[in-house]
Amino acid sequence: MESVRSDADAAQGDSALTVKILVAGGFGVGKTTLVSAVSEIRPLRTEEALTEKSIGVDDTTAVAGKTTTTVAMDFGRITLPNGLVLFVFGTPGQDRFWFMWDELAKGALGAVVLVDTRRLADCFASVDYFERRGLPFIIGVNRFDGAGRHTAEQVRDALDLSPDIPVISCDVRDREDAKQVLITLVEHIMRTMSSRQATISY
Amino acid sequence: MGDAAWHEDEDTAGPVVRPYALTGGRTHYQGDEFDLVALIAAVDAPEPADDLHPAPSWAPEHDMILELCRTPLSVAEIASDLELPLGVVRVLLGDLLDRSLIQVRRPAPVAQFPSERVLKEVIDGIRAL
Repeated sequence: MESVRSDADAAQGDSALTVKILVAGGFGVGKTTLVSAVSEIRPLRTEEALTEKSIGVDDTTAVAGKTTTTVAMDFGRITLPNGLVLFVFGTPGQDRFWFMWDELAKGALGAVVLVDTRRLADCFASVDYFERRGLPFIIGVNRFDGAGRHTAEQVRDALDLSPDIPVISCDVRDREDAKQVLITLVEHIMRTMSSRQATISY
Repeated sequence: MGDAAWHEDEDTAGPVVRPYALTGGRTHYQGDEFDLVALIAAVDAPEPADDLHPAPSWAPEHDMILELCRTPLSVAEIASDLELPLGVVRVLLGDLLDRSLIQVRRPAPVAQFPSERVLKEVIDGIRAL
């Protein structure tokens, strides 16, 4: 269709000012809780035929004849007081549904990767994905009762993160904490943008 | 003609047929108009739209979408509200677009070129929640 994408300013007029942020992380890490702390939560599902993209990753041999798979996720829509519309999507808990991750990541501003320090490995797939895709992300360490306190530096080391990626501790049930997580992400995106622009030579 | 063959078909086709029966078996809309956060708005039809609905592929869900989209709604919200899979909703939206019954407002490409101003507005907006 028309080449709106090549001219951001011209596109502003007839396109909506919506921004999209993703919340990723392992199963049960608090993605839905984080979204629901700032917004009403809505379920979304998609039913996809298994294609070559997912075959081989998804072991269907155990379920003979299964040709579709249902992917469920949550999202929230927040209309900010200044009229901007912010969508926050929780990624599907199953890291193997890459087709849905690609769909969600398209046009996203950035992502929050939630971490439970008792199950750190659960977030590796998310971190890898966003690094590969070049999508700005931050790490939110959800404070679970009973989880030992790990410092941001310990988590950063364990995940082998670059030093500029924020790692913040949060209680995702707390609305103010949840807001702070999102703000930290957007501030990180701003810094990423300005440093990227600085490296472009005119 | 074995019974077995029939059942085998049913097993493999079942999960696809159920949600996609609405779409006459079509599983994909060709085109990338329907981003998850693209806003869909119903266009006021210039009077009785009924004869514009040539039968076989018209479903009550088409009308439900038009009803929902009197105020612009994102593709994700339409799927969520109708409790239909995303793929099904995209096919239905394609039908409506082909008949010029909806308008699509794509999200501004802020992700490619987020201006500092927009990002600041997002931060201020979240703070003010």
